[in-house]
Amino acid sequence: MIEIQDVRKSFDTLEVLRGIDLTVEKGEVVCIIGASGSGKSTLLLCINGLEPIQSGRITVDGTDVHARGTDINRLRQRIGIVFQQFNVFPHLTVLENVALAPRIVLGNSRAEAVDKAKTQIAHVDLTDKLDAYPAQLSGGQQQRLAIARALAMGPSYMLFDEITSALDPELVGEVLDALRMLRGEGMTMVAVTHEIPFAREVANRIVFIDEGRICEMGPPAQVIDDPQEERTRQFLSKVL
Amino acid sequence: MIDYTFQWRVVWRVWPELAKGAVVTLEITVLSMLIGLAFALVFAVVRRSRIPVLSQFVHGWVELARNTPALLQIYMAYFGLGAFGIHIGAYTAVLGAIAFNNAGYLTEILRGGLESISRQQRMAALSLGMNRFQAYRYIIFPQVMRIVFLPVMNQTIWAMLGTSLGMIIGLQELTGATAFQQSLTFRPFEFYFVAAVAYYVIAKTIILASRLAAARLFRG
Repeated sequence: MIEIQDVRKSFDTLEVLRGIDLTVEKGEVVCIIGASGSGKSTLLLCINGLEPIQSGRITVDGTDVHARGTDINRLRQRIGIVFQQFNVFPHLTVLENVALAPRIVLGNSRAEAVDKAKTQIAHVDLTDKLDAYPAQLSGGQQQRLAIARALAMGPSYMLFDEITSALDPELVGEVLDALRMLRGEGMTMVAVTHEIPFAREVANRIVFIDEGRICEMGPPAQVIDDPQEERTRQFLSKVL
Repeated sequence: MIDYTFQWRVVWRVWPELAKGAVVTLEITVLSMLIGLAFALVFAVVRRSRIPVLSQFVHGWVELARNTPALLQIYMAYFGLGAFGIHIGAYTAVLGAIAFNNAGYLTEILRGGLESISRQQRMAALSLGMNRFQAYRYIIFPQVMRIVFLPVMNQTIWAMLGTSLGMIIGLQELTGATAFQQSLTFRPFEFYFVAAVAYYVIAKTIILASRLAAARLFRG
């Protein structure tokens, strides 16, 4: 379970998160929507400690992410994240991209790591690209590689940060399919997304963030189809 | 009228002496680059992370190494340190000074390389549970090395040519050995010409070898 309690976060004088409260249960799929600059992506980075917070508390399975004594590297093994800009490792092949962390972080043997990597690469349908370098892949393939890389660590949670925003429109489908598949397998997911129809399809809950606060939250049928807040209606009318 | 008969045989006769000098030149080049790189890797990270005190220390080192003559640095190592009771041989002094110099230049080269790697690469590495050292070791530096490859090669050639300053304190590297041999025969042109060719060949060999190594290492 991910518990976010009254989290505030500023970059210098700019407060981007102004008291966020959110709980994500095991097996849940939560989609976060909102305008650019509303703090959605920052919230994801705070969940796995890639960004510090100024106040409040985030716990993952009871472990305080930002507490001094927390072994953050260990905690991150349980929280996979996929970024908007793919961030695959350009100097490594597809296989090496996925097998590296299991080997050096989890201490798997080379054979074990390669095994694990091949399974996840097959999972996102890239088996024919094992020895290719990222530069030889399309954006959609790179993003699927990034998903496989995160999955190889055997995470309990997956965070997705606008993972289709940098893709050509015709490549969005293949990446969303990978997410649908994960949902089918019961993975707990938090996804920041601009794909409203997709969010409506896969999410148990939609969270609409506006200016660093949660403005409205609930099942898709409520937030997307019958929003109660004026700000939500305004936002949806612009993007739908 | 030019009335000079080239005498190459006198050079040929003492080639083992010159070869010994060339070996010293190569040794100091390779060792000073390895030492310089080892320091520079740490220094570049220190500078970039802006670790207090350490960062200022590195800054001072870089400034000194880059803005004072290499010859002076060799004098400092050989004669200067004597004032503090530290007496080192000519070989160690030249190696130390050139390594000091390399570390300074390489720090700046690596720092530039580090700047060019997106912050997101580090984030991606950390997000997989890697610690900072692993992120640098497996993700960041391998990418930096491709970017800084050519400037590092230039520095290697510079270091190799710079070792010739060692003759001033009596080191028998290639130039020192050549100077000594020519003084026995009074055939400066022949000797220095051969030494120049030797330097050129060594430089080209270093570049060729590292190109081959790079082609193998930096795929993708």
